[in-house]
Amino acid sequence: MSATRAEIAVVAVAELFRGDGEIVVSPMGYIPSLGAKLARLTFEPDLLLSDGEAYLIDVEGNVEGWQPFRKMLDTIVPHGRRHVVMGANQIDRFGNQNISAIGDHARPAKQLLGVRGAPGNTANHRTSYWVPRHSRRVFVESVDIVSGVGYDNAAKAGLKYHDVHRVVTNLGVFDFATPDHAMRAVSLHPGVSPDEVTAASGFDIDLSSAGVSREPTDEELRLIREVLDPKGLRDKEVPS
Amino acid sequence: MADKRMTADEVAAEVRDGMTIGIGGWGSRRKPMALIRALLRTPVKDLTVVSYGGPDVGLLCAAGKVKRVVFGFVTLDSIPFDPWFGRARETGAIEVTEYDEGMFAAALSAAAQRLPFLPLRAGLGSEVMRVNPGLRTVRSPYPDGEELVAVPAQELDITLVHLNRADARGNAQYLGPDPYFDDLFCLAAKKRFVSVEQVVETAELTGPVQSLLLNRSAVDGVVEAPRGAHFTTAVPDYGRDERFQKHYVACAKDLDAWPGFVDRFLSGDEARYLSEVDRFEAAA
Repeated sequence: MSATRAEIAVVAVAELFRGDGEIVVSPMGYIPSLGAKLARLTFEPDLLLSDGEAYLIDVEGNVEGWQPFRKMLDTIVPHGRRHVVMGANQIDRFGNQNISAIGDHARPAKQLLGVRGAPGNTANHRTSYWVPRHSRRVFVESVDIVSGVGYDNAAKAGLKYHDVHRVVTNLGVFDFATPDHAMRAVSLHPGVSPDEVTAASGFDIDLSSAGVSREPTDEELRLIREVLDPKGLRDKEVPS
Repeated sequence: MADKRMTADEVAAEVRDGMTIGIGGWGSRRKPMALIRALLRTPVKDLTVVSYGGPDVGLLCAAGKVKRVVFGFVTLDSIPFDPWFGRARETGAIEVTEYDEGMFAAALSAAAQRLPFLPLRAGLGSEVMRVNPGLRTVRSPYPDGEELVAVPAQELDITLVHLNRADARGNAQYLGPDPYFDDLFCLAAKKRFVSVEQVVETAELTGPVQSLLLNRSAVDGVVEAPRGAHFTTAVPDYGRDERFQKHYVACAKDLDAWPGFVDRFLSGDEARYLSEVDRFEAAA
């Protein structure tokens, strides 16, 4: 049985957490939360899962810790033992992310959420991004309002704990492991062509070393389909 | 022994033009909506609203009462954006001071601790520093010499929060999973008003002692406001009224529909609001 694009994405998100060990992971969005749970159920059993509210929960929903927003901002974020997966309305080649507003900040064309925790996350701990629809609207030459800090701005500001890890989209997995920390494709999902990524991106992405995103194992597929998302809600976020 | 019980309208009457108002809760969670609705019935204007924003911010913007919003986000949680806040921003009707969520907490903490600022890494490298040109950095006086953001204290004239229980003297208890920042909002303010689902005898403030978030030294007035956080959450008393929130958003998006929403839900007193909510519920 072959995996759907959504299932490939869930596994790609799970892979973000490989090696994280006993730290808090805060996945925002449905596919990221499936990915975090999958990682915990398989190769990263020590992960602490934040439910986005005041609880640390295991995959069955048992509460194993209390982490209200105040504690999150006072200690969890600055302490640094956290890996967050945020969304991005815009992202650029150096990993600057915008969730605040589109256009001029003084009078935006479209008000979005506000910067939320993105400046603090990117100043303090590992941050990845999840983009369910890879497009030129999101992958832009330059973001309108830097919310999450990218590599160029982090260097200018001297951020010693800056760690933007990867971007997972419906098309592939991207990192910044180039000499100038410009975005590079780690892997494209099965069936995605380099041309498709190029056409959907508003800046040049180094595709030269891109592999193919790995398929879920049989056990991972079973966990996704039978345990984590039996209703198939993943397909709403990433249609096949 | 002080009896600090007040009505929502008495609290609203304490708010003057141009004041800086802190509002507790988080997004569309445990917002002091009965107090906000009372505020909507007053002629007050030019407010600076300091909030982890939800529909409190949207409704105050809709009523033209806001000069500035100090925020890290405005969201309705299950619905990402508040249409009235968006409209106020996109038409240039309000000014903003935008912070990272942690900067926002630090600003309240600094005020609560009577410090001029608190140092933080959050904000460095981001455009929060550009859009708030008044922000300054500070260099560590220790050998590391690190440069940090000096987040200025956010002092408040009045704070409005909603908890689950309080006694008449102002000892107040939250029974849900998260205290949010309500205690900080109170400590950062000159005057602090707490609405609760129920005013009880002090002996009835049972449950874990840690749930007694506010003691009476940080509270100037207590308002008994059952369903006072509607349509936001006040768990365990009730969850968010998602259907009503959707209705609010649909009306807020449609300038032709909005006056009808105001007439039905916001032009009368709180009893009228709740009876219209019941009718809305019954029509489901």
